[in-house]
Amino acid sequence: MKPSRIVITGIGLTAPNGDSLAQFRQNLLNGVAGIERMEIRYMGSQLAGVCHYDPLRYQTKKEVRVGTRAGSISIYCAREAVKDSGLDWAAQAKDRVGIYIGCTEHGNVETENEIYNISQFAYDTKYWSHYHNPRTVANNPAGEASLNLGVTGPAYTIGAACAAGNLGLIHATQMLRLGEVDLAICGGISESIRTFGIFAGFKSQNALATHADPLKASRPFDKARNGIVVSEGGCLYTLERLEDAQARGAKIYAEIAGYHVNSDASDYVLPNPVRQAECIRAAVRHAGLTPRDIHIVNTHATATPLGDIQECEAIRAVFGEGCPDTHINNTKSYIGHCMGAAGALELAGNLPSFTDLTVHPTINVDDLDPACALPGLVLNHPRKVAKVDTILNNSFGMLGINSTLIVKRFLP
Amino acid sequence: MTKDECKKVVVDIIADIAPDEDLSNLKPEVRLRDQLQLDSMDFLDIVMELRKRHGIEVPEADYIQLASLDSCAEYLTPKFNALAAKR
Repeated sequence: MKPSRIVITGIGLTAPNGDSLAQFRQNLLNGVAGIERMEIRYMGSQLAGVCHYDPLRYQTKKEVRVGTRAGSISIYCAREAVKDSGLDWAAQAKDRVGIYIGCTEHGNVETENEIYNISQFAYDTKYWSHYHNPRTVANNPAGEASLNLGVTGPAYTIGAACAAGNLGLIHATQMLRLGEVDLAICGGISESIRTFGIFAGFKSQNALATHADPLKASRPFDKARNGIVVSEGGCLYTLERLEDAQARGAKIYAEIAGYHVNSDASDYVLPNPVRQAECIRAAVRHAGLTPRDIHIVNTHATATPLGDIQECEAIRAVFGEGCPDTHINNTKSYIGHCMGAAGALELAGNLPSFTDLTVHPTINVDDLDPACALPGLVLNHPRKVAKVDTILNNSFGMLGINSTLIVKRFLP
Repeated sequence: MTKDECKKVVVDIIADIAPDEDLSNLKPEVRLRDQLQLDSMDFLDIVMELRKRHGIEVPEADYIQLASLDSCAEYLTPKFNALAAKR
């Protein structure tokens, strides 16, 4: 039996340079980055991608106080996606809705906060918050969204390091095809900048970006790149089976064409270009396409000296010189690394290419690293192209998890 | 500390843990739960904030004493005064 066709019908997002798809896209086309300085506990001023959405649009002050930042981002994105989808939410069967949210990690923020809190009381654990457990369970972000939206279907998170955003969409596609739910709210979120640990960890790994100008700090493929800018963010989609979307006359952004997920099984942190290439090839095959059919490749590249080269090696192995219509870009150069939200946000930023036939560039490339000089790389200025029918999105993560998701222009 | 001062301490805590609530017309003799959207976790917050901000301990068996502002004042004012006398 042919699997159901799955389509994207709504998008809600918050990124360091935009709180809606329209604003985000405009900034990607105008070269507007969103990195700033932020005080990080124990570490002082650090570069970070900070979201500036209004939490009180969809939450009470008390919900914001009791919940987590990850929960708040999830609620904002989920509500925005539902609104954008045009669904009659009051009439929606809430037990047939699934919430599948990818996240890099969860619980570090609250644990660090509580340890700091009890440090103010000589580490006496009677001052430890009774909210600690509900705030730190791994399903917290999806659970908070389910409470806020009244969703009684399955709501959980998918832990997949920085591949998690793609995994949210892939898992949702699978659940819709299995008939487990009729509507999926899915994607990825991250509250990472609220913990010092991720900054300190990358710094100890010599992988934390530094630059005098925050807006130039995240610079994948540039010779002078020196690491990751840690960011928060979120992007959730509404996904539906095509027949359901058509029955209600929904606007359709794109159709899920194919995907693949695999593992390096080779190192805790070092990427493996051979496995990455296998992942990309398998996704292209799954979509029933060849590499020549892919029009935009949105790279995962995080601006670490080695990681960028390795992803370029993988892309070169798959696309080589024989794909003249394949354009390659990167979104982290604007917003830093939004961790669990990265894949979902970066895909969203490229979806408007189906209609405006423009590929947003990779910015901050003043001196292209020859090892990253891929054919088709779109540098510093948007590129008008003749055709965008497919977008391939790479997201890779620690412990060697690789994910590639391909969407295509919707054609009835 | 007077009982009215004690009530103000409790209302200040409630203002932080229930920031959406209008506290201008709280009836001191009526149960807080009957006037405000407060759940059991919020009452644990009141207990925690009394501990953190004022060094006041409320054992679980005495939580019922925090039902209304009047009962809070009856129960907590002597505790505040005993603590002040120690200092």
